[in-house]
Amino acid sequence: MTKFFQLLASGLALGAIYALVCLGFVVIYRATGVINFAQAGLVVLGAFMVYNATFTWGLSFWLALLVGMLFGAALGIIIERLVLRQMVRQPLHAILLVTVGVLLLVEPIVTTIWRSPQPSIDTPFELDKLEIGDVRILQISIAAIVIAAIVLAAFFLFFRYTKYGVAMRATAVDQEAALMQGINVNGIIALSWAIAGVVAVLGGAMLGANAGPKTGLGVGIGIIALKALPAMVLGGLDSPGGAVVGGLVIGVAEVLAGGYYAEFAPAWLKPGFHQVLPWIVMLVVLLVRPYGLFGTKKVQRL
Amino acid sequence: MLRVGEDSAAPLLAVRNLEVVYGGAITVLRGVSLDVSRGAVVALLGANGAGKTTLLRAVSGLLSVHAGRVERGTIELDGESILGEPTPDIVRRGLAQVMEGRRIFAELSVDENLRAGAFTRRDSDGIRDTHAHVLEMFPVLAKRLRDVAGYLSGGEQQMLAMGRALMANPRLLLLDEPSLGLAPLIQQQIRGIVAAIAAEGVGVLLVEQNAMLALSVASWGYVLEGGQVVREGAGQELLDDEEIRAAYLGTGEHGRRSFKDLKTYRRRRRWSG
Repeated sequence: MTKFFQLLASGLALGAIYALVCLGFVVIYRATGVINFAQAGLVVLGAFMVYNATFTWGLSFWLALLVGMLFGAALGIIIERLVLRQMVRQPLHAILLVTVGVLLLVEPIVTTIWRSPQPSIDTPFELDKLEIGDVRILQISIAAIVIAAIVLAAFFLFFRYTKYGVAMRATAVDQEAALMQGINVNGIIALSWAIAGVVAVLGGAMLGANAGPKTGLGVGIGIIALKALPAMVLGGLDSPGGAVVGGLVIGVAEVLAGGYYAEFAPAWLKPGFHQVLPWIVMLVVLLVRPYGLFGTKKVQRL
Repeated sequence: MLRVGEDSAAPLLAVRNLEVVYGGAITVLRGVSLDVSRGAVVALLGANGAGKTTLLRAVSGLLSVHAGRVERGTIELDGESILGEPTPDIVRRGLAQVMEGRRIFAELSVDENLRAGAFTRRDSDGIRDTHAHVLEMFPVLAKRLRDVAGYLSGGEQQMLAMGRALMANPRLLLLDEPSLGLAPLIQQQIRGIVAAIAAEGVGVLLVEQNAMLALSVASWGYVLEGGQVVREGAGQELLDDEEIRAAYLGTGEHGRRSFKDLKTYRRRRRWSG
């Protein structure tokens, strides 16, 4: 049982990171109907930015997180303005490919500025563990879960109760009707990108600080961040609540599958199988229930 | 220099010689002029494709969403040009529109729909007053504030769309086919509400397929065909006009025509325009 709880904690931490990154996918999908592959690139850039702020500039971890979030929001708005805004009224597949292009640009940019991989991001927790009986959980994992919970709760309060939250939801339903209420639709899209940038940086910083499995800080965390996509599909593409549930389920499933591999996996299954498990889940969801757990039924294509 | 037309006698909405082209090729409006005064209901009649919705889009700044462009002409609200301004700015200047098909935010609650309508306003006291006034005008909404708007009936959704538009506290209200697809009883309710809105001093431009309904509440009416105003006159005058009756009211010198006859008649008229 000890092992199970330790894996569960690690899985929830990874799931919390997926949930954060996934929320970024969802808000942009809702505002524009585009699955923004560049989100994974924002995660990588965010992680390196936070690393830069702690290691090079010598800021404390928390201050670095704050700087990183501002950077992420600005970067999101800039990418939307410079790249995606130019693609208005272009066919969807062209826009999707442009976001893939932005994602592919990130790796050369990061390796030019910082080189990759780097040492993990320094945190105040180092490798300290919280011990409950025999169960030992990394404090950074708990921090990741708590931070994600706070940020997601703040987002949901904003989304449900504020004027701009209502405007965001109205814009997702009907852009022209939202415009006719005087809602600045371009502003709402920029806001969505800013939110996506903030959650991407937080997710990236957590991955770079080894809050989930030991991933270290390198361009490879972009591949991990992309697993927020299966979480998005499972949650239902356009549902922020679904992003959280999908992220947690995918994270826990992945870590449990990795932890119990030796005991239960059949011999023909190679180690490392757990890393592709999220993609298998995604395929199954797409085949069986394309609108996911909480998605609008009309959403049926990627 | 003597400047005329900028005093209070200037119409609330003044459209002059408006030409609109879609996609750089298809001319939909060919020199339309039209006035709406404060507190007046003005009906805009015409068959499908005559350019009624295009005119509303031009006024509310939504043409660009549909790849349309104003080629010539002017649009003034209270003596100031609103041509080419972004829709949110036009809304801020006191224009609201109920679009065809109601276009309520189906996933939002009734109350959230209403609050979205007040998006451009910052006077929270004023918003509260308008909110109370709208609920007074549409008691059916007051009972269902927390409900998801998508679950309302068609009539209730139309009331919500009108209430949402009124939340902006507009000087000019554009209504695109408010009675479409609704039962006669609900249509009569809508008619009464339109009259009440105008009685409060709001100018109303009413686009309707149901010409009988529109002309019975309107003080003035325009008939649009092939992108041009082919007739205009007082509501009652148009109601009594034999040709108008034949084309838009389904009755002519031979009494009620069949729907099929009416369609051919309209088509002939449209192409001859």
